[in-house]
Amino acid sequence: MKSGGFWLLFVGALLAGLAFVALGSNEYYYFAGYVILQSMVMAIAWNILGGFTGYVNFGSAGFFAVAAYTTIALNKYFDGIGVHPPLVVFIVAGAVVCGLIGLGTGYLTLRFRGVYFAIATLALAVVFQTLANNWDYVGGAKGTYMLTPAPPLFFSSYVKYLFLVMLLLALFAVLVSRYIAHSKFGRGLAAVRDDEVAAECMGVPTLKLKLISTTVMGVLMGMAGAPYPYYVTYVDPLSAFSLGIAVNAIAMPMIGGTAYWYGPVIGAILLGSAQEILSVTISSELNVFLVGVVLVGFVILAPSGLIGLFNNLRARVASRA
Amino acid sequence: VIIDPGLFLNAVVSGLLLGGFYTAVALGLSIAFGQLDIVNIAHPAFVIVGSYFAYFLGALYGFDPVLTGILFTPVLFAAGVVVYRIYYLSFERTGQESLSGLAFFFGLMFIIEVTLIMIYGVDYRLVPAPYIGMNWKIGMVDIPLRMAVPFVVSAAMTIGIYLYLSKTFVGRAILAVSQDRQALQLMGADPVKIKQIAFGLAIATASIAGALLIIIGPVEPSINREYIGRAFAIVVLGGMGSISGTVIAAFILGIAESFVQTFAGPSWAPAVAFSILLLTLAVRPSGILGRQS
Repeated sequence: MKSGGFWLLFVGALLAGLAFVALGSNEYYYFAGYVILQSMVMAIAWNILGGFTGYVNFGSAGFFAVAAYTTIALNKYFDGIGVHPPLVVFIVAGAVVCGLIGLGTGYLTLRFRGVYFAIATLALAVVFQTLANNWDYVGGAKGTYMLTPAPPLFFSSYVKYLFLVMLLLALFAVLVSRYIAHSKFGRGLAAVRDDEVAAECMGVPTLKLKLISTTVMGVLMGMAGAPYPYYVTYVDPLSAFSLGIAVNAIAMPMIGGTAYWYGPVIGAILLGSAQEILSVTISSELNVFLVGVVLVGFVILAPSGLIGLFNNLRARVASRA
Repeated sequence: VIIDPGLFLNAVVSGLLLGGFYTAVALGLSIAFGQLDIVNIAHPAFVIVGSYFAYFLGALYGFDPVLTGILFTPVLFAAGVVVYRIYYLSFERTGQESLSGLAFFFGLMFIIEVTLIMIYGVDYRLVPAPYIGMNWKIGMVDIPLRMAVPFVVSAAMTIGIYLYLSKTFVGRAILAVSQDRQALQLMGADPVKIKQIAFGLAIATASIAGALLIIIGPVEPSINREYIGRAFAIVVLGGMGSISGTVIAAFILGIAESFVQTFAGPSWAPAVAFSILLLTLAVRPSGILGRQS
């Protein structure tokens, strides 16, 4: 994407979001928009490791839920001492905790083949879910309620505020991902993905690059998960660690195209909107079923995603002309 | 701390019984992941499919779950062959196993789980069998038959697979395909066909393992996720594909879980497998019986 066009779209998205918050009235659209943007952040984060380096993270829901539980625990602690910090404090806390978890997991498992990393992330999600189930301070298996704070100044409802926060996070994730894709760091990651041994031989510090990208992935996923308790107002381990979150984080980049920073953005917009429409019109089980089918269909038939299909089409048209 | 010897002995015995059952669950993955290098995270989902076969015939027509498990092995064998064909044509042949192949099995697991939920809902399902409520008592040790029957069936299946792999031509070809593809080709065997049979065999074991699972306790579709960790922990700890390593690792996990269950509470049990897995990856990724790399 050309730089000028990108900034035009970027500012356009921001202004559209602001106008939407200022003018809209139907609350449903903010709830739906929040979910789509949240899964966009998750998909972009997943792709920074999965798409750019080829290491698959199955435990996205674990990162997401750890951040959500960090918010719950901190909120409870601050409530106890009578302090009410702004949302950004929780977002930073979630980002730091998940960034450290990403770094730690990476340090333990990235030296081995990618499948071990994939299985370890799955493992991690279950370990954290077990911890959440047994930690009574944050509600244990029963879950816990969150009070919705009063909407901040200039906002007529709290969900509008959350929507705008998630929009800013999504735009931030886009900037990070695009910067990485275009930087020397991103080229190093692509070298890791295409041939790790060759990259290592050429002097690319592969382990360091992979560790940085797992950390960045963790940070972004933490940011996406931290506001979640305020959004749903009731959190239990089953919903926070939901497999749906992990599947979406993989399916969206796969649908858009994992090799490009804008692949997960396209995937999130398409799949996210489709899911919101489907879950209103048909059952939610059928909805998640379709996500699985679409994921499998894309990895078999169009492994480079929609962007890959589009590029093929363009090349075919160009060769015929 | 004084530990009640009866409690201790019971924990050991139930751990051994549990480990015997875990062998059945991990055996197929040991072949698929350990021998064929196919990271089939959908394996436990196939095990749950086996449980629902047993539920379907058991609750409706009163079939014995073990019998159903054996009856349905050809069905899951065929499913395994089909899955391997797709996997081979789409990923293995083009060298896309790592990213797309993993995502494929993840999606497959998801499809199986949600399909079962759409048909049967999220309620726990049971099968009737005369031995399920029975209990043997030897000294102060309790041996519930709902654990002992799966142990015996699993042992029989494991010995069967072991003999098949070590004594028959196809079985040896399966072991060979993981070691040296080219040498196998020179011997006149088609590696793709051999892998297809092996993967079918791996999935077929899930039919019996699933029947054993529903004998042990009630089943619902999403519990397959707990078994992903258990099965992979066993295969990695056992040294990737060695049958004896798989058996030993299954016993280690069974006993560890049984102790955690007895002395810390059942809600901590799911974390045991994953902790063992993470520990193995961090300390000795080649497993107990694997070659140190």
